[in-house]
Amino acid sequence: MPAAAAPCLDDIRSTFGFFDAWQDKYAFLIDIGKSLAPLPEADRTEGNLVRGCQSQVWLVPHFDGDKVHLAIDSDAHIVRGLIAIVLAAYDDRPPRQILDFDIEGLFDELDLIGHLSPTRGNGLRAMVARIRNIAREHAAS
Amino acid sequence: MTKPSWRSDFPLLANRPDLVYLDNAATTQKPAAVLDALARYYRCTNANVHRGAHRLSDEATAAFEAARETLARRINARSSREVLWTRGTTEAINLVAAAHGPLAVGTGDRILITEMEHHSNIVPWQQLCQRTGAVLMAARVLPSGEIDHDDYAAKLEEEPRIVSISHVSNALGTVNDLASLIPSAKAVGATVVVDGAQAVAHFHVDVQALGCDFYAFSGHKMYGPTGIGVLYGREELLEEMPPWQSGGEMIERVRIEETTYASLPFKFEAGTPDISGAIAFAAAVDYLDRLDGDAIESHEASLLAYASASLNQVEGLRIVGTARAKGPVVSFLLDGSHPHDVGTLLDQQGVAVRTGHHCAMPLMDALGIAGTVRASFSLYNSRQDVDKLCRAVRTAASML
Repeated sequence: MPAAAAPCLDDIRSTFGFFDAWQDKYAFLIDIGKSLAPLPEADRTEGNLVRGCQSQVWLVPHFDGDKVHLAIDSDAHIVRGLIAIVLAAYDDRPPRQILDFDIEGLFDELDLIGHLSPTRGNGLRAMVARIRNIAREHAAS
Repeated sequence: MTKPSWRSDFPLLANRPDLVYLDNAATTQKPAAVLDALARYYRCTNANVHRGAHRLSDEATAAFEAARETLARRINARSSREVLWTRGTTEAINLVAAAHGPLAVGTGDRILITEMEHHSNIVPWQQLCQRTGAVLMAARVLPSGEIDHDDYAAKLEEEPRIVSISHVSNALGTVNDLASLIPSAKAVGATVVVDGAQAVAHFHVDVQALGCDFYAFSGHKMYGPTGIGVLYGREELLEEMPPWQSGGEMIERVRIEETTYASLPFKFEAGTPDISGAIAFAAAVDYLDRLDGDAIESHEASLLAYASASLNQVEGLRIVGTARAKGPVVSFLLDGSHPHDVGTLLDQQGVAVRTGHHCAMPLMDALGIAGTVRASFSLYNSRQDVDKLCRAVRTAASML
């Protein structure tokens, strides 16, 4: 199946606005998760694992001038969907923009955390914390 | 059989009528009798135990020690001196490893466990090995989820000083054949420890018939409160073990130069114990004793058979753990789907299961999987619960 293009933040916001049923939200999450480019096997290393996630999440940052490029992957579909949302907010942005972005506000707006178990929510926050650390370090360098 | 009549004994299930609770191997719900015992204790009897300068303390002590007698009777211990209160199975195994371990093993001695153990029956032994120079071995598990008895026998030939095995696997439900595993370990002179956390809710355990030296279990997995458990230990072994925690309650006479310790079981119960927990745990045992144990066993066995047959009808579903003897646990995988994804979609549909490695990572490694989805049943579950589970699994499969 050809991967659909990764959705942008506006797409995600407007699509989520249409959903009432939990099935639609999750079907969308699973769908956008499938649009993520998989991380090469060589990058799925212990060192790239994000601690605190219930499923395995690997994160590899690259820097392109002042922009932070993020490659993130997981072995679980729903987590890949959450990653797609995180990437729509953070990927290919300068560190300042990453640090200024109100991701909790976005999660609230999408009513994401409420639909996740506490452990899953913590995993999502662990991913966000890791990205913000990367942005902070890159901004300082 | 439709909804079992026992269901109405559990207030949480009445308060959450739409919930399908299938995470009983993690913890069971509590009957009203247990909740009432907790409240009654604090409303009518609360005082510190064993230091009675007054009548209320005497009453609390009597109720607390009567609870110990109830537990001793339930597992057929020779005496209530052999029943130590702990915070649960984990603390009970840690107690054995800390206080009996160094008496039993030294450098190069072997400790034998199996690949199917819960982390709480692995890590305390690893730590004992680090302290003493002993060596930890694990008997292999077959693809069916049963202990490889040939491998177990071969490892017994190395004459381990301690053998510690689970009665029932938390991840797969396998009921281990202790009637054969324990005598062969005793024959090589090992101390035998049993992790009974997953057994006690489902069938009667008789520690004398089993012939084990220690048996550990938790209250909250058998309808009692959290934070209270039992370590059964054979009196001769407990007598020779040093205390493992110290302070009040466990002493006989303290001088600055030297302390003499209290007798069993108090030697191992430093500090104010979980009095209300112990009393409510005994209320859970009384509750179970009032029910027909055979009827519970056959109800749970029929749920297991029905769930296994129904889930096997779902295309792409594979049951992990096909032992001949099983407790009411079905672990499974959906082709190409991560257990966490399945668990999340079941949760959205009001079905509570556990997903992941179930604190048994070596078992998952041995089976070559990362984890499973685990549905575990209890006396209050019904065939309708199984039907809802299967419908939810089909919906999840269609979405993934």
